[in-house]
Amino acid sequence: MTAIAGNAGIMAKRAAARRRFDPLALLAIPAAAYFVVALVFPLGRLLLDGFSVGGGVGIGNFTRYLADPYNLGVVWNTLRYGALVTLVAAIGGYAYAYTMARSGPKMQMLLLIAIVLPMTTSVIVKAFGWLVLLRSNGLVNHLLMASGIVREPLPLLFSQPGLIVGTASILLPYMVLPIFGVLRQIHPDLLGAAATLGGSPIYCFRKVILPLSLPGLIAGICFVFSMAVSAYVIPSLLTGAGFKTLSKVAADSYLVILNPVRGATVSLILLAIAFAAVFLAGRVVNRKPGQMRA
Amino acid sequence: MIKRPLEKLVFATTGLVLAIQLAPIVVVVLVSVSASPVFDVTVGEFSARWWERLWANRTFWSAITLSAQIAAVSTFLAILLGTPAAIAIARAEFPGRDALAALILSPLMLPGIVLGIAMLQGFKAYGLTIPLAAIVAGHVVMTLPFIVRSILAALALFDFTLIDAARTLGCSFPRAIRKVMIPALAPAYVSGGIFAFLASFDNYPISIFLADARTKTLPVQLLEFIEESPNPMIAAVSTLLLVLTILALLALERFVGLRRAAAI
Repeated sequence: MTAIAGNAGIMAKRAAARRRFDPLALLAIPAAAYFVVALVFPLGRLLLDGFSVGGGVGIGNFTRYLADPYNLGVVWNTLRYGALVTLVAAIGGYAYAYTMARSGPKMQMLLLIAIVLPMTTSVIVKAFGWLVLLRSNGLVNHLLMASGIVREPLPLLFSQPGLIVGTASILLPYMVLPIFGVLRQIHPDLLGAAATLGGSPIYCFRKVILPLSLPGLIAGICFVFSMAVSAYVIPSLLTGAGFKTLSKVAADSYLVILNPVRGATVSLILLAIAFAAVFLAGRVVNRKPGQMRA
Repeated sequence: MIKRPLEKLVFATTGLVLAIQLAPIVVVVLVSVSASPVFDVTVGEFSARWWERLWANRTFWSAITLSAQIAAVSTFLAILLGTPAAIAIARAEFPGRDALAALILSPLMLPGIVLGIAMLQGFKAYGLTIPLAAIVAGHVVMTLPFIVRSILAALALFDFTLIDAARTLGCSFPRAIRKVMIPALAPAYVSGGIFAFLASFDNYPISIFLADARTKTLPVQLLEFIEESPNPMIAAVSTLLLVLTILALLALERFVGLRRAAAI
């Protein structure tokens, strides 16, 4: 791609720069060396553990793991959890970002604070807050009963809807920020123009706003999905032992049942899923992928 | 330009999201001053007993101190490693530069549990068996990306000819860096440093694999406590963490600006 974009002059200059070694590059050595030792080697070892089969190398651990219907259920459960959380966060996050983009500076700042404060707050604190909210005599049930929607308190804690809304709410800021980033760049006149030309509001939204904000939405979807499938603290607090996700199984393989091969296998499946989501996000937004996660 | 019903729906959703965002935080604060012995919000009746319990609880105070120390040390180490790395990535042309930048930012996007597991096995293979050293070593991997990311963003705006100007006026190169570049990067250090500190202070997935019984960090201790002996003292600890977060955000707004820090 760059070869097509770049012309001969730039290529020649780059080649010259590469030949003439830049001593500033040496400054990267400590951090690079540290990351190789503390991150690349450990991950490489995990890869080796996952792909080693009886002295050789192969995909035997993965095929054997996925052949068991119970394990396949864990993978499916993880993907389903990730997808539902992402769906809820996308709907809520899009509406929120849209309102934020159309508000005046003061209101915008207020709405920004209202997501940056929870975003910066410890995950354990938020998950604990949800635990209190979802209890059978917690606030959500009180509100539901007071408004007459239900008569008996619902078992929300340790239930899937409770877990999904709780997780979606905790990850929502990572959906709002990228969508807001693109929405606020859309010129308000564009909407006016589309409406003047006779487009209905829904038509305008579908044909003008949605396509223009798609990169932000897709980025948000990929980030939230990858964070939801790898979440550990939130499902641990909001569900019982019966709800198994890949990250819980991976952690238990080391902390409880001490089965490193199983742990490595599950970790690598999780890594592949999360990596695929982030890679997709990186392809869609030409921003540096890390930039979104403040 | 959007017609009423649709706009109403969007506003209603926004309001609901806003309430849902703030509800868990507000509830935590209210429970911490609740007079009830279980997680309940009491109306018109407050009690400081959970705060008194927390005040007297040595386990939590030592966990808080330990986590603050680990966060401070790993942020400091990340600044030492990250500053030169960011300068090299921003200024030098060398093979593998983009790959290095991606590698350094990658811990922000990898599943924390997988990182923790990889480090547990990897550090054991190195013979690194001192839990505290292992935790700090692991946390530096989490703090470095925050530091490098914000310094890279600041370096993109920094005018490097200022350094040449300082050198023309008789500064040595290290002195020019210290007197001209470091002050210009100060906001980046504040925002990167705050996010790095919080990332380490809140880290659970790496700590849980590297900590032993004597080096339980605050998140490890807190989760254990919630699962084993839940009482509203947890709400008091959580409120304390919330206050810390608000102070950090105020500092961020004061020195950097919230919009810039949120990278939007």
